[in-house]
Amino acid sequence: MLVYALRRLVGAIPTIFIIITAAFFMMRVAPGGPFDQERTLEATVMANLNKTFGLDRPLYEQYGMYLGNLVRGDMGPSFIYRDKRVHEILAEGLPISMQLGMTALLLALAVGTLLGTLAALRQNTKTDYAVIAVATFGITVPNFVVAPVLSLVFAVILSWLPAQGWGDWRQMILPVIALALPQVAVIARLVRGSMIEALRSDHVRTARAYGLPSRMVVVKHALRAAILPAVSYLGPAAAALLTGSIVVEQVFNLPGIGRYFVQGALNRDYTLVMGTVVIVAVFVVVFNLIVDLLYAMLDPRVRYD
Amino acid sequence: MKIGRITCAALSVSLLALAAGTAGAVTYQRGNDGNPETLDQHKTSTVAEANILRDLYEGLVVYNTKAEVIPGVAESWEVSDDGTVYTFHLRDDAKWSNGDPVVAGDFVFSLRRIMTPETGAKYANILYPIAGAEAVNKGEAAPETMGVEAPDDHTLVITLAQATPYFLELLTHQTGLPLHPASVEQFGADFVQPGNMVSNGAFVLESNTLNDKIALVKNENFHDAANVALDGVNFLPFEERATCVRAWEAGEVQSCSDLPTEDVDRLRAEYGDAVRVVPYLGTYYYAFNHDDELLSDPEVREALSMVIDRQFLADEIFEGMLPAESFVPPGIGNYSTGSPKTDYFDMSMLDREDKAIEILSAKGITPETPATIELMYNTSENHKNVATAIAEMWANVGVNVEFNVRDASAHYAHLRDKGDFDVARAGWIGDYSDPQNFLFMVESDNDGFNYANYNNPEYDGLMDAAAAEIDLDKRAALLQQAEALFMRDLPFLPLLYYSSHSLVSPKISGWDDNIQNVHPSRFISISE
Repeated sequence: MLVYALRRLVGAIPTIFIIITAAFFMMRVAPGGPFDQERTLEATVMANLNKTFGLDRPLYEQYGMYLGNLVRGDMGPSFIYRDKRVHEILAEGLPISMQLGMTALLLALAVGTLLGTLAALRQNTKTDYAVIAVATFGITVPNFVVAPVLSLVFAVILSWLPAQGWGDWRQMILPVIALALPQVAVIARLVRGSMIEALRSDHVRTARAYGLPSRMVVVKHALRAAILPAVSYLGPAAAALLTGSIVVEQVFNLPGIGRYFVQGALNRDYTLVMGTVVIVAVFVVVFNLIVDLLYAMLDPRVRYD
Repeated sequence: MKIGRITCAALSVSLLALAAGTAGAVTYQRGNDGNPETLDQHKTSTVAEANILRDLYEGLVVYNTKAEVIPGVAESWEVSDDGTVYTFHLRDDAKWSNGDPVVAGDFVFSLRRIMTPETGAKYANILYPIAGAEAVNKGEAAPETMGVEAPDDHTLVITLAQATPYFLELLTHQTGLPLHPASVEQFGADFVQPGNMVSNGAFVLESNTLNDKIALVKNENFHDAANVALDGVNFLPFEERATCVRAWEAGEVQSCSDLPTEDVDRLRAEYGDAVRVVPYLGTYYYAFNHDDELLSDPEVREALSMVIDRQFLADEIFEGMLPAESFVPPGIGNYSTGSPKTDYFDMSMLDREDKAIEILSAKGITPETPATIELMYNTSENHKNVATAIAEMWANVGVNVEFNVRDASAHYAHLRDKGDFDVARAGWIGDYSDPQNFLFMVESDNDGFNYANYNNPEYDGLMDAAAAEIDLDKRAALLQQAEALFMRDLPFLPLLYYSSHSLVSPKISGWDDNIQNVHPSRFISISE
């Protein structure tokens, strides 16, 4: 399995290289540049800026320089946040986004699995309908509605929790709930569907026939199979959650990196956009690998030799 | 039980200690527009940065709470009779936060640095009035050739290329703030980092976390430290204005620098005077392309201006903004005459519409035989609403509108590159309080801002005459004549005057409403 994992990681290098190259040139095709803004700059000032940032050089040269720097772990200077380099900006925000995302992910996995299992065990009862209702709500009501409402109710009206900011564990509660809610919904629905199927499968029937206690049958035998779809969903979901959410970060004023995905592109902050692309690409590759490895652990039919 | 009691006692002691440590320390939690892009006064360009830098540094002159120019590091100054030589006398007790004295040479160093091309200063051109500055910025001359000298530590002489009556206003801009030369030489671009930064204002930088907060603490070396009430200021960046409002309502910040327009009514009803909607030094406008066949006709432009119900835009779309009947916003400095009157603004909307129909139908443009123009704007809900409303108003008189929407960067790049367009949205916030800062935009040789391609030698002549005039009243009269031409020819179609929207806790004193929306923390105090 180790060989397999290493082979996959090495195989991912060309993929990431192609993504970086495509992103680099696509970004430059977009009209406008980092210094085009409401206040048009003087021609001299613009020329000085372009020279300072090397934008006056041919594109292939800029590309070569970017790759050269990247290999050395330097993602270049941000065109907008001029006091920092891109890797410094990402290093400040990424741990925060990851902490939030990871907490939300674990919460979603625990609550979603629990709800999905309950619904499957009590199929077509009030419990089941309640779970489906919550799940549908979670999927359909977008974050930009849930997050401000949470903040309004728990911070402004009830004054139980802070409305915004970062640094105190209490400031994590509302954003984590806002991030986790849609994931809870998806996971609950996935687990419910596969659990219903698993409960009808041969090995579970056999386990019951052996007279194993119901709890053991569900947790040890049925759940192991039922959780597989949720696990394969978790790969891309984790990559998305851990790299932050622009909505939740803006509503709760959190210093994560989610905002850079949109802001970077709108500001034409070329290096910042490239930085976010690299991070997401790496996360997607790594989490897909983790999911595949988890599959091998959970499903005895899957083996990587 | 015993352990419980000991723990309780220990807890009480530590709580007491904590209370004693923080007793009397007042930190102002200040909502700011967004994250500063830099804390280097030479690379800066945004209002969010101006707010922070104003607290960190003190320039030769500064703004008071009413945005009037008052002495800063310079305690007095003289201006030569021809208005081109400014001699500043620096105060003896001005110190940097590390105890070094602030000397005239620091300003010489700073003004040379901003013009050096390698600095990449976005706002370098604001100081082009200084003799030789533009040539230095273009890389054609050495920084030493600029008209900035320090005959001794307490005297600074700045020579201008020509008289510039708003020069002191220019120096209030953050680009005029001094740098501590030794720190810049030691740390290079990193002199802005906490721990490295040495500043001469009422506060010093303690920490700077992107998108989280910028913490400042009181500078005990500041010459007026005795009169600074706050112990610290935390600037919290809010990109989402509604988030700041919720934080303010929850008591987590004491002021917000901007509000969602749709919330203004509710906030006013609930919090009364805490909501400050104040005229601001800016105009929201559409540029007419004078090279366009249809829009090159001045009567067509006038008709299109007449039919716009600006009061409706101000009331229904951009709440708090004011209908614009001139390009230079009211309340601006050095404009004793004020903007000229345009006749049709006194007519009722119905009469204006009839008049516009009359003008346009004489040219064969009617709702039955409409003309079509393209309206270009940058993505934003409010810009869309304004454009839709105006398209409706123009459709009534026979001009159909097609929209062309791009994001801000692409929109402005298109204008800058002289891309083709008929009508384009833009806005302008003055950098200094002087009508020249608005009217210069459509001078025929202004490549960057004259989106309209307006070319009127008479207008250019008036602007040149105003630039050479030292008598402020005579100069105002010349500028008024120029603006009258502007309003007749309409290179830009003024729609609304901007206003600033703030939410200020009743506990705050020292926050006076002003047209520049400038509120130095140095003058602010917070009651318990």
